[in-house]
Amino acid sequence: MAVSGQTYTVDERPKTELWARLLGIKSPMAAQRAKWGYIFLLPWALGLIIFILGPILASAYISFTEYEIISSPRFIGMENYIKAFTDDTLFWPSLGRTFTYTLAVVPLGLTGSLLLAILLNQGLKGTNLFRTLFFLPSLTPAVALALLWTWLFHPSVGPINVALSWFGIDGPGWMTDKNWALPALIIISLWAAIGGNSMLIFLAGLQGVPQELYEAAEIDGAGLWAKFRSVTLPLITPTLFFNLILGIIGALKVFTLAFVATLGGPSYATWFYALHIYRQAFEYFRMGYGSALAWIFVIVLLIFTFIQLRFSQRWVYYAGE
Amino acid sequence: MATQNEILTNLGSTRASQSNVTSRRIQFQLHVILLYAIMVLLSALFMFPFFWTVSSSLKAPFELMTFPPTWLPETPQWQNYARVIEKVPFMLWTWNSIFVVTIATLGSVISASVVAYSFARFEYPGRDVVFIITLGTMMLPAQVTLIPQFILFNQLGWINTLYPLWVPYIFGGGAFNIFLLRQFFRSLPRELDEAALIDGASYARILWTILLPLTKPALATVAVISFINHWNDFVNPLIYLNSPEKFTLALGLNYFKSVPESSGLPLQHLLMAASVMIIMPVLILFFAAQRYFVQGIVLSGIKG
Repeated sequence: MAVSGQTYTVDERPKTELWARLLGIKSPMAAQRAKWGYIFLLPWALGLIIFILGPILASAYISFTEYEIISSPRFIGMENYIKAFTDDTLFWPSLGRTFTYTLAVVPLGLTGSLLLAILLNQGLKGTNLFRTLFFLPSLTPAVALALLWTWLFHPSVGPINVALSWFGIDGPGWMTDKNWALPALIIISLWAAIGGNSMLIFLAGLQGVPQELYEAAEIDGAGLWAKFRSVTLPLITPTLFFNLILGIIGALKVFTLAFVATLGGPSYATWFYALHIYRQAFEYFRMGYGSALAWIFVIVLLIFTFIQLRFSQRWVYYAGE
Repeated sequence: MATQNEILTNLGSTRASQSNVTSRRIQFQLHVILLYAIMVLLSALFMFPFFWTVSSSLKAPFELMTFPPTWLPETPQWQNYARVIEKVPFMLWTWNSIFVVTIATLGSVISASVVAYSFARFEYPGRDVVFIITLGTMMLPAQVTLIPQFILFNQLGWINTLYPLWVPYIFGGGAFNIFLLRQFFRSLPRELDEAALIDGASYARILWTILLPLTKPALATVAVISFINHWNDFVNPLIYLNSPEKFTLALGLNYFKSVPESSGLPLQHLLMAASVMIIMPVLILFFAAQRYFVQGIVLSGIKG
């Protein structure tokens, strides 16, 4: 600021400061701007290092140690990882259960979200009200979600089993039954997720489909299904892809619902991977083993994302490419 | 990443996609009636759990276990809500939640604006690298950083305090908020800044008096999203807080379910009342702020 409006003789002309020249900044004006850029960046630079990048490095190191928080970490090489793969009886089942949950929640959830979005995109009056009503469940805090659905799923006086009895079905014990606890949690997740963010993202995607394409398809005599199959679906593949990635990541992280509703039970029927990490790290305070479990989780997530990115080239269509 | 904008964009009104085919008017009307019927039915399905929660929260204990269950309480037991507040330190939990949510939200909004301003309006070596790392952290599962953060806060002596729940958020407010505000700043014409700069305004002043007022809808969006995330957060309070008087509402609610009711009566009515009280603020906020979401999209002009 000080620079503007002033005149200098040749010798007085301000020099670019040393730090700026080291960073390859040419003029004093640019150096001044860069300085303020760094100052405004500072909170995040600190936050990023202290709370994200530092912890990532620390966690990678801790995963190779035995660290019970009161004693100092002791390097043990790959032992935590070997233990997870070979010696931890809950490791594979919890990972498998988490996949099962994801495989149910993601396809059903995305299909439901897309159908709701299509319904909301018909241009009917009052659509905004319905959009809000569909969206509200996704705002429910997970704790409340777990509590109120535990009550809805009550084996004898819960409205779900009462409704089933109208059709002559003897409803199961749901959360108290080891065969039905996982399906119960899947149903709860679907209720909370179908009308949530993914529906809104689909809606935006649908609104981006050019109207002319539908008109052209109609002239060609396309019916509802043909229009959906050959116009809508190809054009919303980017949103579908985005929802798929976010949906899978979200589902694999499932924690609070199971923790509050069933505490992973009965007899480990809803013992998800995130619960496993939580117990090892924050109930047994095995920081080393917990970190190893967390890193295995990250690697699984990375593999999933990578596979999807690879396959996406075959089915995701980006207009204008 | 543009999809976050899409989330906002589509909160705007929906567009008619049904052309008026006058020749098929009657068929069209049937079609409309059918669509409405489906939407009403689905809404009922989505709203039923809320209805049941409110209805149960007003029942007397003996009504909870009657079979078949009644739709509505015989006489609404409003005192159930007062009972919740007597039975557990509900007010204290509410206060803790409000405290954490307010500071974390304000901290996020303010610090994310400053950082987003840096990313959007300044050129300096390393900016793009830091920005890409920032985007990368959005995909990172929290589990990886949770354990070292716990160790860090443990060494600071912050276990069983509220600090871990808000301190991290005053350092930039998280990748998503920074990203969102950066996009908004970039959509504002640069001439605004340049003109003020020539008039001798400082950078901080430009941010405060020129850019931020124009970004109000985006700030409201960030504030609402942070509020809801912090209000609903369960994992962090669970890890850091041990004694009931420190709990936030979400954690308190979980604790409440294991507090036995005297004489072994069911306490579902009280749990449902507590659930209603924790859900309410979120719903109220959403209804109040829906407008801001929509405005934010219109003003920013981002199209999904």
